[in-house]
Amino acid sequence: MTRKISRRTMLAGTAAGAAAAAFKFPTPAIAQNAPFKLGLLTVKTGPLAQGGIQMEQGIVTYLKEKNYTFAGRKVDFISADSGGNPAGAKTKAQELIERDKVDSIVGPLAAFELLAITDYIAQQKTPLLSLAAAEDMTQRRPNPYFVRASATSSQAMHPMADYAAKELKLKNVITISEDFAFGYEQMGGFQQTFEENGGKILKKLWPPIVTPDYTPYLAQIADCDGVCQGFAGSNPLRFMKQYVAAGLKYPVVSGETGGDDALMHSFGDEAIGMYSCCPYTLDLQNESNKRFVAAMQKDYKVDPGFYAAGLYINGMVVEAALEKTGGKSDNKEELIKAMRSVSLTDTPRGPVKFDHFGNVIGNFYVRKVEKANGKMMNKTVKTYENVSQFWNYDEKKFLSQPVYSRDYPPLKS
Amino acid sequence: MTTRSIALVVALGLLIAVPYWMPGVYYVNVASQILLYAIFALGLNILAGYAGLVSLGHAGLFGIAAYVASYSLQHGFGHGASIIFAIAIGMLSMALFALLSLRSSGIGFIMITLALGQILWGLAYRWISITGGDNGINVPNRPELFGFSLADANTFYYVTMVIFLICIGMVAIFTRSPLGAALMGTRDQPRRMNALGYHVWAIRFWACMFSGLLTAISGILFVYYTQFISPQTLALTASAEVLLMVIAGGAGTLFGPVVGAILVVVVKSVVSGFIERWNMLLGFIFVAIVIFMPEGLVPGTTRLWRLAFSRQAKRTAGVTEAAP
Amino acid sequence: MSFYLVLTVNSITFGGLLFLLSSGFSLIFGLMRIPNLTHGSLFMLGAYVGATFVVGMLGAKMNFWLAALLATIAIALTGAFIERFLLRRLPGNELAQVLVTLGLSFIAADFSLMVWGGDPLTVATPEGLEGFARMGSLVFALYRLAIIVIAAVVAIALWLLLERTRLGAMIRAGVDDPEMARVVGIRVSQLFTIVFALGAGLAGFAGIIGAPILSVYPGLDQDMLPLALVVVILGGSGSLLGSFVGSIVIGFIYNFGQALLPELAYFVLFLPMLLVLLLRPQGLFGRHVP
Repeated sequence: MTRKISRRTMLAGTAAGAAAAAFKFPTPAIAQNAPFKLGLLTVKTGPLAQGGIQMEQGIVTYLKEKNYTFAGRKVDFISADSGGNPAGAKTKAQELIERDKVDSIVGPLAAFELLAITDYIAQQKTPLLSLAAAEDMTQRRPNPYFVRASATSSQAMHPMADYAAKELKLKNVITISEDFAFGYEQMGGFQQTFEENGGKILKKLWPPIVTPDYTPYLAQIADCDGVCQGFAGSNPLRFMKQYVAAGLKYPVVSGETGGDDALMHSFGDEAIGMYSCCPYTLDLQNESNKRFVAAMQKDYKVDPGFYAAGLYINGMVVEAALEKTGGKSDNKEELIKAMRSVSLTDTPRGPVKFDHFGNVIGNFYVRKVEKANGKMMNKTVKTYENVSQFWNYDEKKFLSQPVYSRDYPPLKS
Repeated sequence: MTTRSIALVVALGLLIAVPYWMPGVYYVNVASQILLYAIFALGLNILAGYAGLVSLGHAGLFGIAAYVASYSLQHGFGHGASIIFAIAIGMLSMALFALLSLRSSGIGFIMITLALGQILWGLAYRWISITGGDNGINVPNRPELFGFSLADANTFYYVTMVIFLICIGMVAIFTRSPLGAALMGTRDQPRRMNALGYHVWAIRFWACMFSGLLTAISGILFVYYTQFISPQTLALTASAEVLLMVIAGGAGTLFGPVVGAILVVVVKSVVSGFIERWNMLLGFIFVAIVIFMPEGLVPGTTRLWRLAFSRQAKRTAGVTEAAP
Repeated sequence: MSFYLVLTVNSITFGGLLFLLSSGFSLIFGLMRIPNLTHGSLFMLGAYVGATFVVGMLGAKMNFWLAALLATIAIALTGAFIERFLLRRLPGNELAQVLVTLGLSFIAADFSLMVWGGDPLTVATPEGLEGFARMGSLVFALYRLAIIVIAAVVAIALWLLLERTRLGAMIRAGVDDPEMARVVGIRVSQLFTIVFALGAGLAGFAGIIGAPILSVYPGLDQDMLPLALVVVILGGSGSLLGSFVGSIVIGFIYNFGQALLPELAYFVLFLPMLLVLLLRPQGLFGRHVP
């Protein structure tokens, strides 16, 4: 028996179709045709905007290169500004997940923003890729939906300490870094490895995050053979200027933010000779980095650094994961599993793979600042390969010691 | 029924129906945020608006309540106990604040509260053993009330709404009470009040305690909403922000702080999704308010409304205005 | 021994910078009773505008001192505009003044991000002052020593303005008794605009002068405003001497406090500020209780 479509049902059907088109009823993302929604949680206002803007540039560069298409699926990119505070990060994370229904989030920038949203992210099962360095996110309080392709706070400092002890032959170092967790964790990592290689930390100085004039601290730097600094944001600039203006000449070693390539154009001669260890380095000669740097210079007229590269690589990881799942993203457990099992060889930072906590194992580059064509540039002097967040320590032993803090490791003197 | 009571009934209706007309769970959450900041602003308004004592350190007190609640939760105390501790210690801190700050008024009061707020902020950063420093303290669960879990956005909203209505009711009663009238007297004519035999200091002190209660309540709601507390919440910018809510909405009015909270939270949370330079937009809105309605949005719109209506009344009553 | 010497010299030089930063605020607050919460933003804008000229973003690189002059004028004009069109409508309305000055600081912060981006700007130390003064084994950066000189020159210039010119006499009359000043025929409104412009100009000047040491970055406004407030409170407002001595005192507290009591580094300025407010609310040299 043929079914006759009555005028009523046809009108109803048309009306329903029109309504669906007008109101966009949510459709489950089962079809490959539904776009993959990628959210960016960054900071575009206030003092942290420096890194936040670079983060957006990095991910947009990758999306543009891939024509906003990952594994055959269109990518919907939504950017959110958290304002650089934890409540804002939580609100924006909620906006991305509850209102925009993103499949995955890249960001946030700061450790305290990440800590504010980690429980929420795990509860919502939204894979999150961040470059916030808070150690315990992949150590003592791991989040199963978290992936970090950049580094933990100390991951770059272990090789820096190794280099300082073995190549620079430093023996007595004074550390100086901002008085907050990122500072403690960096300096703690440096201290542990440096002391194991025969070095000694004489003093640990902790200026508050807002310190316009470092002189009260610089005046305490004496009778050593090197200084290790871990400043972030725009502080490294001010610090080095004031360091040299105070007449100090000891070699300076620093971490991933201290000698960031994106900051180099602001530095003057005071930076010459400064060492830093970073998971990314501008002069890495591989295909993807050449593409990445060229695109950043063309679109934004800047040299990329740690923040932009970090987000570009996050984009690569998300795409690789989608390729593994055949473009599917509705099963969150599958998606995060795919992300953590990604192993890439050609990224702007070189090879990338993840340990079972979701933290990267990759290369770390020691660079030295040189002057070339009147500008400051980092020149890579040594590459440490296959560096994990545990350096060459036994994982269990490392996790049984307390997280690096202001007083851990304790000063031997 | 007057226009005012009609408007109030409509507002109340909208408030109760929020989960139904808001387009999504995200917006219900924004509504919860607005209400908790409104309570914070109401608390500050008791001092800044009704007492004429502008505080630039209120985020410190807000933070104390939040930290006490999360610290006790972290150490195994139940929700009920943690809330009681937070209110108690919050009000005790306010008492201390008041003892120190009430020695001056005017700019002196602003500066003392600013200094106290900054000191509390520094303590939050440095007293790592208690506050966790900038890693903050996580609050993993929200409480349950009569079998309903506040982890659900709608439930949290309703609880917040009820608390908000109670608080705004308390403020309404306070301002219409003799104590409230006396407080406004000390704002407008402190010397005369003194001469009349009113104990100005004591009146201001009790106003501070009331403000402290409201601030503590909002701090507790905040920490249950965000489920995280860290030193940023006590920063000078946070104190400035709540003060701006009060002033922009209308200091010394009942609904001014609420309107101010709506303005700031909506721009920060919702408009920021559409406009990248939302900070600048907020600044322009404040400047515009100062130019067109320097007394605040609520008194300003009431004034313009009356102006519009009185013109209309004059036109319709034109016949009676004929001869002197 | 040398440690204390270094700290002492730096206390004085940092104090000099603080004087430049706070003198504008003190002037405006002393005369107009306006807590100018835009002050930090004016400092930052002065630094950005000056840096733009020095670095050569608008053409050839400019001499530092010329750039500083232009930046000062630009910020002074901005101040005049703010006073004339915004603050003048709000006499005595403290709350509205707070609202508008904070609103303006939001606008300035985002404006700076829009124009100069998020990256910090360095300003090279002006030519001739890049070197060091040596005293035995100790070195002192010449530019830092120059700042004391600049601060002293500005202080003397302001003193001459206030004590030896008609304008200064009018300003002092306005500080002491605005109503009487009006009665006597002083154009107080015009005076206010001039004073606000002067205060703003001083802030902008301080910004660019400080730039070779502090650099210029988003958030500079929020970092410097509390310092200005602390100096004004400690020294007392409306008093030039108070501002100068207060600045040096804060310089000492800042340097020695942070070096000797690192545990209290976050409180090293606000605890003394609180004490002064409680014990001597008019500040060390202020003339009236605020």
